[in-house]
Amino acid sequence: MTDKKALFEFKDIHVRVEDKEVVSGVSLSINAGETHAIMGPNGSGKSSLSNALMGHPAYEITKGEIYLAGQNLMEMGADERSRAGLFLAFQYPLAIPGVTVANFLRTALQSHRGKEADMSDFRKLLKAEMKSLSIDEVFATRYLNEGFSGGEKKRIEILQMAILNPKMAVLDETDSGLDIDALKTVSNGIIRYHNENNAILLVTHYQRILNYVKPDFVHVMMNGKIVKSGGPEIALKLEELGYEWVEDEVNHKAGV
Amino acid sequence: MSDSIEKQKKDLSGLNSDYASKYGFHDPVNYFHKGAKGLSHELVEMISKMKKEPQWMNDIRHQALDIYLSKPMPQWANTKMLSEIDYENIYYFMKPVDENSTDWNDVPEYIKKTFDRLGIPEAEQKFLGGVTAQYESEVVYHSMREDLKKQGIIFLGMDDGLKEHEEIVKKYFGTVIPSTDNKFAALNTSVWSGGSFIYVPPGIEVKVPLQAYFRINAENMGQFERTLIIADKGSRVHYIEGCTAPVYSTDSLHSAVVEVIALEGAYIRYTTIQNWSRNIFNLVTKRATAHKNATIEWVDGNLGSRLSMKYPCIQLVGEGARGEILSVAFAGQDQHQDAGAKVIHAAPNTSSRITSKSISKDNGRASYRGLAKIHKNAVNSKISVECDALLIGENARSDTYPTMEIDCEQVRVEHEARVSKVAEEQLFYLTSRGLTEDDARLLIVNGFMEPFTKELPLEYAVELNRLIELEMEGSVG
Repeated sequence: MTDKKALFEFKDIHVRVEDKEVVSGVSLSINAGETHAIMGPNGSGKSSLSNALMGHPAYEITKGEIYLAGQNLMEMGADERSRAGLFLAFQYPLAIPGVTVANFLRTALQSHRGKEADMSDFRKLLKAEMKSLSIDEVFATRYLNEGFSGGEKKRIEILQMAILNPKMAVLDETDSGLDIDALKTVSNGIIRYHNENNAILLVTHYQRILNYVKPDFVHVMMNGKIVKSGGPEIALKLEELGYEWVEDEVNHKAGV
Repeated sequence: MSDSIEKQKKDLSGLNSDYASKYGFHDPVNYFHKGAKGLSHELVEMISKMKKEPQWMNDIRHQALDIYLSKPMPQWANTKMLSEIDYENIYYFMKPVDENSTDWNDVPEYIKKTFDRLGIPEAEQKFLGGVTAQYESEVVYHSMREDLKKQGIIFLGMDDGLKEHEEIVKKYFGTVIPSTDNKFAALNTSVWSGGSFIYVPPGIEVKVPLQAYFRINAENMGQFERTLIIADKGSRVHYIEGCTAPVYSTDSLHSAVVEVIALEGAYIRYTTIQNWSRNIFNLVTKRATAHKNATIEWVDGNLGSRLSMKYPCIQLVGEGARGEILSVAFAGQDQHQDAGAKVIHAAPNTSSRITSKSISKDNGRASYRGLAKIHKNAVNSKISVECDALLIGENARSDTYPTMEIDCEQVRVEHEARVSKVAEEQLFYLTSRGLTEDDARLLIVNGFMEPFTKELPLEYAVELNRLIELEMEGSVG
C-alpha cells in the first residue's frame, strides 16, 4: 500500500441486527485502483457488513466510522451514500413488479446526475452495457428481477454498477448461483468497470470468482471480525484447506 | 417516469392545494333552472315535463321514486359514511343552460373556461372521436366527428338520445339495471339527467375513443347521469369518462347508472378515471350484458371521492361471451374506496377475468367487494380473480369480500388475493441506487399500478401517473 489517502475506509465497525451483534469491530482501508476480497464462511458477518456499509436500516451500526473519498457516510441514508459513489451488488436482488429495467436504471442514473441532467445518451449507454454483459435487449423492457433466473439477476446487478459507475463497488456473493459461462461474463463486466480511480470489495464464500477478478488483498472474516489479511495466496490456501485452517490458526493464536 | 418525478418536485407543494387549483375551482353561475333542495314527485314531474319526455319515461321516473323511498339504505360497506349524506340538503336537478351546443363557441363563457381548464377541447382535437361534456345535470356541449356520424354511429347526450331515438332507448332502458336493483339505481332512475347515449350499428368499428366528461360545479349538488351504450352485432367501441368537482366543505352526491349492452360478437371497452374531489359521495351502478361471443371490458380507476361504492358488473348471457374487469382504487386520507367487480356466467363456454388493485395510504381504506357467479348451465366456463392490495403506512386498511357462487361443476375458478406493504427491503434496494425514499416509494406504487396504466390511452396514463404522484406526495411509509 502506498501512503496516499484511502478511497474507502471504515474503522471499528460494529453492527447489530435486532438484538444481536453480528459484526464486532471491523476496519479496512481501500485505495483507488485496488481490489479487495473479504472471504468467510456462512454466518461470519460479511453480508451484514456489506448491508450496513450501504446503510440498510435493519443493520444498525452501533459504533464505527465510514469514509468515501473523504466524505463521512455515517450520517447519510442509503440514497445519499449511493450518490456519494458507493455501490452494493446484492446477493439476493429483489423484484420490483411493474418497473422495467430501463425505467429503473434511468431513474437511478437521473438521481445521480441531478434532475436537470441531460439524459439523451441513456439509451445508447444502456444498449452498449447490456451488450457487453450479454444481456438480451428484451430485458430492458422486462420488470426488474421479476421471474429472472439467479444468473440473470446477478448480471443485472453488474449492469447497474456499469451504468452508475460508482467510486466504490461492494459485490456481495455476486458469484453465487452462476454457471461457469455466466461467471466469466460477470467477471469480465467487473474487470471492465475497474480502473485506477475506483475500487472493488468482493465479498465471497468461494475462491472461484477470484480466478477471474484478481484481488490485491484478501481478508478472512469469522464471527464478525477480520481474523486474517494478506495477498491472493490466502484465497488459494482457503480453497485447498477450507476455513478450518484459519480457524485453527486463530484458535492457536488465542491459545485455545 | 423520472421526468415526472422531477416535475412533481418542481411544481407541486401538496395534493389539496393542487386539486383546488386544477380541478377544485368553481364558477359563479346564474342557473337557467335551479330547483329547490330535496326530492319529491313534484320535482320528478317538473324534470320530466321540462325535458318534454314521453309518458312511459315519466311513468318510469315516478315508479322509481316510490321504489327509492321504499328501499332501506344499504347496511353494508361504510354505513357510517353513508349516514353523513344529508338527502334533504341536495339539489337534485340543476340546469345551467337552456340547450346544449354542438359548437364550442356557443357554450357559455364560464363553462367553456371550465372545460378549457380541464383540457377537454384539446383532447377532443387530439385523439377523440366525439365528446360529451356534462355540467351539473345537463350536457352542455356535444360533438362528434362527421365521418363517424356518416357511419351511422350515434353518440348523444342521453336526453337527446331519448328525443331522437326513442325506440332504441325504450327497448333497452332499464333492462340491464332495473329501478328495483338497488336504492341508488332507483334514485338515479327517478331524477336522471344527462349522461351519454351510444349506439354502434352492426359491423362498425369506432376507431377512436368516444369520451364524456362529467363536472359538478355547485355545492350540495346531486349528479344523476344515465348512460346507455349499445354495440350492435360485430361492432366495436371504446368509451371513456372522466369526472371532477370543486372542493367544497359540504358534500355532493354523484349517483350514476350505466347500462352497457354488447350484442353478438360485439366489443365494448368502458374506461373511467374517477377523480372527484373529497367531498363527493360516489354511488354508482354499472352493469353490462354480453351476448354470444361478445366482449365487455371495464377499465375502472377510482382516485377521488370521499366514499365510492362501485362494482362494475358483467353478465355473460350468450355462449362464448367474455368479460374483463380491471380496476384500480387509491384511498388516501379519510377516503373509502369500496370498489369491486361482479361477473355472472349464465351461458356455456364463457370466460371472465377480474384484476383488482388497490392502494391504501394514511388512514385510507380500500375494499374489494366481488361476486363471481356461475349458473348451472354455464359449463366449461372460466373465472379468474386476482386481488392485489398495497398498504402504505401503519394506518392504511384493505379488506377483501369475495363471494363465489358456483352452481356448475365443469368450470375452472381461480382466486388469488394478496396484501403487501411497501417493503423496507424494496425501498432499500431502490434507495441504494440513489433514489430518495419518496421517489422509491412512487416508483414501487407506479409499478404496482402498471398493469392498469398500460391499458389506458397515453394521455390518460400520463394523467393518472401524475395524480398518483400527487397522492403520494409527502407520504410517510
